[in-house]
Amino acid sequence: MPVVVALWSVAALIALAAVTPILVARPRSATRIVYTVAGLAALVLLGAAGSVLLGLADGSREVVLPIGLPWVGAHLRIDPLSSFFLVVIDLGAAIASLYALGYGAHEPHPERVLPFYPAFLAGMNLVILAADAFSFLVAWEFMSLASWALVMAHHTSEENRRAGFVYLVMASFGTLMLLLAFGLMAGPEGAYAFDEMRRVVHASWLPGLVLVLALLGAGSKAGLVPLHVWLPLAHPAAPSHVSALMSGVMTKVAIYGFIRIVFDLVGEPAWWWAALVMALGALTAVVGVLHATLERDLKRLLAYSTVENIGIVFIGLGLALAFRVDGMAGPAALAITAAIFHALNHSLFKGLMFFGAGAVLTATGERDIEKLGGLIHRLPVTAVMMLGGAVAISALPPLNGFVSEWMIFQAILLSPDLPQWALKFMVPAVGAALAFSAALAGACFVRAYGIAFLGRPRSTAAATAREVDGFSRVAMGLLLGLCLAAGIVPGLVIDAVSSVAIQLVGHDMPRQPLWPSLSIVPVSAGRSSYSGMLVFLFILMSSAIAMWAIHRFASRAVRRGPAWDCGFPDASPVTQYSADSFAMPIRRVFGPVAFDSHIERELPPPGDPSPAKLKVVKHDLSWEILYAPISGVVGRLGERFNTLQFLSIRSYLSLVFVALVGLLLVVAIWA
Amino acid sequence: MGLIRDFAVQGAQMVFVLLLAPLVLGLTRKLKARMLDRVGPPILQPYRDLLKLVRKDVVLAENASWLFRSAPYVIFAVTWVAAALVPTFATGLQFSWTADLIAITALLASARFFLALAGMDIGTAFGGIGASREMLFASLAEPAMIMMVFVVALVAGSTQLSWVANFMLTHASLRVSLGMALVALIIVALAENARIPVDNPATHLELTMVHEAMVLEYSGRHLAVIELAAALKLLLYVSLIACIFVPWGLAPRSSGFMPLVIGAGTYVAKISVGAFLMVFFETSIAKMRVFRVPEFLGAALMLGFLGTLLLFVSRSF
Repeated sequence: MPVVVALWSVAALIALAAVTPILVARPRSATRIVYTVAGLAALVLLGAAGSVLLGLADGSREVVLPIGLPWVGAHLRIDPLSSFFLVVIDLGAAIASLYALGYGAHEPHPERVLPFYPAFLAGMNLVILAADAFSFLVAWEFMSLASWALVMAHHTSEENRRAGFVYLVMASFGTLMLLLAFGLMAGPEGAYAFDEMRRVVHASWLPGLVLVLALLGAGSKAGLVPLHVWLPLAHPAAPSHVSALMSGVMTKVAIYGFIRIVFDLVGEPAWWWAALVMALGALTAVVGVLHATLERDLKRLLAYSTVENIGIVFIGLGLALAFRVDGMAGPAALAITAAIFHALNHSLFKGLMFFGAGAVLTATGERDIEKLGGLIHRLPVTAVMMLGGAVAISALPPLNGFVSEWMIFQAILLSPDLPQWALKFMVPAVGAALAFSAALAGACFVRAYGIAFLGRPRSTAAATAREVDGFSRVAMGLLLGLCLAAGIVPGLVIDAVSSVAIQLVGHDMPRQPLWPSLSIVPVSAGRSSYSGMLVFLFILMSSAIAMWAIHRFASRAVRRGPAWDCGFPDASPVTQYSADSFAMPIRRVFGPVAFDSHIERELPPPGDPSPAKLKVVKHDLSWEILYAPISGVVGRLGERFNTLQFLSIRSYLSLVFVALVGLLLVVAIWA
Repeated sequence: MGLIRDFAVQGAQMVFVLLLAPLVLGLTRKLKARMLDRVGPPILQPYRDLLKLVRKDVVLAENASWLFRSAPYVIFAVTWVAAALVPTFATGLQFSWTADLIAITALLASARFFLALAGMDIGTAFGGIGASREMLFASLAEPAMIMMVFVVALVAGSTQLSWVANFMLTHASLRVSLGMALVALIIVALAENARIPVDNPATHLELTMVHEAMVLEYSGRHLAVIELAAALKLLLYVSLIACIFVPWGLAPRSSGFMPLVIGAGTYVAKISVGAFLMVFFETSIAKMRVFRVPEFLGAALMLGFLGTLLLFVSRSF
C-alpha cells in the first residue's frame, strides 16, 4: 500500500513537471502552483515512508510495473533502509517547497527552474524506490540531468556554465561506474532485480571491485575527496532552495546508493573495505572543512561544509563495516545508526543554512561575505535561524550535530577490540581527524556568521537589507525546530531507525530509555550516556538564574556609547576584521600542507613609488594532481583525432569497413 | 534518603565551584606576585572586582546587538553546567549521566563559540583578532582534548567522569598512556585558560592578547559574568586534572558525612597545589609568539594520539 501511494505521488510530480511549461505563461501563479503541489506530493511521500519506517505499514511487498527491461520490469518497494532515506528526502523537499513559495518569487527566469524542480524531486524518490538495477540507474540519471538543468538555470554567467559542464562530466562518470558495479553484481545470468542479485554467488575478487566502483560512482555524487571538485561549483550555482536540496538531500541519495550496494547487495565485506572507506571519509572531512574555512563565497562555503559532513558519514559507515566484518554486531549497529543519524542531521542543518544564504542573497544580492556585515540588525529573524544552524553544524550541544558525532566517538572507543592491526592503527587517526574537523567547523562558522551577520555593514547593500518574506522564515524556523528536537530527544530518532540497523548489520542499538529524561545510552549506562534534553534545560536554567540574579540584585542600567577598541574607534567599516584576515592564521598553519599555499611578495625597487603587493597563492591539490593531467590528455587526444573530422567520404567508408572486419575478427576469436 | 543525599551533593557542588572559582584566581595572582617578589593583591580581590563590576552601569557600543548582550549569560551558563559535572570532592554526582567527558569538551566549545562571536559583534579589529586566534588554537586544542579523553576512556572503560574517577580511585596504577594524557591535558588547560605561554592574562592593550581582545568591549555586569565564567573554566580544568589523575580523597558514592568533609579538604589542598604548580611553570617560562602556539598544541595532540595508539595496541600500556 505505501508503495502504491508513493508511486502515485511520484507520478503526480512527473505530471506536474510535464504541465509546468504551459503554466509558466503566468509566472506568479505558476510558482505558487508548482511549489504547493510539489510540497504536498512530498508530504504524501513523507507520510508513506514514515509509516513504513515506524512499522505502521508494510512496504516490503514489491510492485512490478511492465516498463524498463522487458524480462525484468520495474521493481519498486519500500524496505526499512529506503523508508529512512525517503523520509530524509521528502522532509527536505517539503520544507524546501515551502521556502520556495517565498524565495521562488524573486526568480528572474522561472521557466528555467519550475519544470525541473518537480522532476528533480521525482528522480530522487525513484532512485530510493527502485528495487532493480535498471530502474535504479534510469532514475539516478534522471535525477542527475534534472539537477544539471537546475544548475544551468542561470546560465548567462560564465562561472555557472563551467560548473554545469564539470557537473555533467562527473555525473556521467559516476553513472558509468555504478553501471559497471551493477553489471558485475548481476552476473552472467543478468539478475538485475535486487532480490535475485542478492542470491548470485560471486567470484572472490568481485565484491572488492564492486566496492571500488561503488565508491567511485556513489562517492562522486556524494562528494568524496578527490571526486568532490564539481560539488562546490555546482551546488552554489543553482537557486538557493535547489542548492539546499542538492547539498542536503541529493548527497543522501548517493549515500543510500553506497549503502544499498555495499551493505545489502554485494554480500560479505572484507576488512580492507572498512579501512578504505574510513580513510576516504577522514580525508574528505578534513579537506572539506579546510576549504570551507578559507572560502569567501557563502554558498560555496556551505558546499565545502557538505563535503566535510559526507566525510563524517563515511567514517561512520567505515566503522560499521569494520565491526560487521569481525562479527561485533552491537558496535556495528551503533556505528551505522550514527552514520545515518548524521545523514539526517546534515540534511536538516544544511537545508537551514542554504535557506539562510538564500535569504541573505535575496536581501542583499551578495554571496561574498566580505561585502556583508551587521545583518543581525537588518535581518533579525534570519540571523536567529542562521545562528541556530551554525551551532548545529559546528557539532555543539545541545543541538543535533553533536549527538551523531558523539555516537561516532563512542563507536571509535569500542574499536580496540578489532582484531586487524591495520584497523587498530587507523581508527585513532580517524578519531583525531574527526575531532579536528569538528573543531575547524566551529572556526569556519564563527567566521561565516561573524563576518556576515555581526560587525558593521561593509557595503550599502548590506546596510539597507530588508528582512525576507514569511514563507522563508517559517521554513527556516521549521528546520531549526527539527534540529533542536533531534538534539534534545535523540533517543526517539535512534529507536525509529532500529529497523534500518537490523536490516543492514543484523542488530540494533539497545532501546533508548524514556526515563531518566530521554538520555541516550549507546552501550551501557556505566559506559557512556548523554541527555540533550537535560543539558538544554540546565543551560536554560542556569542562564535564567544568572540573568535574574544580576538584574534583580545588581544593576540593569545600560548606557550606549561609541565602541572602545583600545581608544581607536574608527567609523570606517574597513577597519573591521575581514573574512580573509580571520582565516589567515588557519591558512598559515595548515595551508602549506593542505593547499601548497604561500604568499608572493612584489616589492618595487627603491625609488619607485608604486605600491608593494602581497598575493596569496593557494592550490586545489586534487584538481591539479588528478584532474588537470586527465583533462590535458583528453585535450591532446582530441586535437590529435581532430583530423578525422576533415576526411573524404572514401576514407570514412574504408574506416567503417576496417572497423567492421576488426570487430568480426574479435568475435571469431572469442567464439 | 540516598537520592536526597545525591541531589544535595550535586547542588552543593554547583554552589561550591561557583563560590570557589574567584578564589583560585586570587590565589594564583597572589602566588605569582610573591614569586616575582611583589606583595600582590589580596586573595579575595577577585570577589571585590566582581562586586564592583556588577554594580556599575554597562556601557554598550552603539551598534552592539542582542547577541553581544546575551552572550555573557550563555557563556556563563554553559561553563557552569560543565563545571557542575566534574567531580570535585565526591564521585557519583546525581547528574553525571547527563553529559560525559566528550560532552563536557563540547560544552566548553559552545562557550568558546559564543565568546568568539561576541568578540566579532561590535566590528572592531581587536575583537576579530582575538576571535580568529582563539579559533585557531581551538582547532588543535579540541582534538588534543578528545584524544586525551580517548586515553582515559580506554583505560577506565567509560567516558562518564564519575565512573572514571571511581575507577582511578580503585584501580590506581602507573601507565605510560596516562602520563601522556596528563601532559596533553595540562597543555590544553594552559591554552584554554589563556595562561602563559599561550596568552598572558595580565596584559591589556597588547597585540599578543587573545582572550582579553575578545572581551575588550565588555563592561559592567557583562564583564563580571564573563570573568566569572573564565574563573569557573580554570577551576574546571584543575578539578578535571585532580579527579582523573589524583583522585585520592574523593568521597565515594553514598558515603557518609565524614568522607565528604575529607573530600572537600583534600580538594582544596589539591587545587592549591595545582595553582602553585601552574604559577611556578608560568613564572619560569616566557610567552610564545602566536605562531609557535600551534606547535605547542600540536605536541599535546601528538601525545594524546600516541597514548591512544598505545592503548589500541595493548590495554596494558
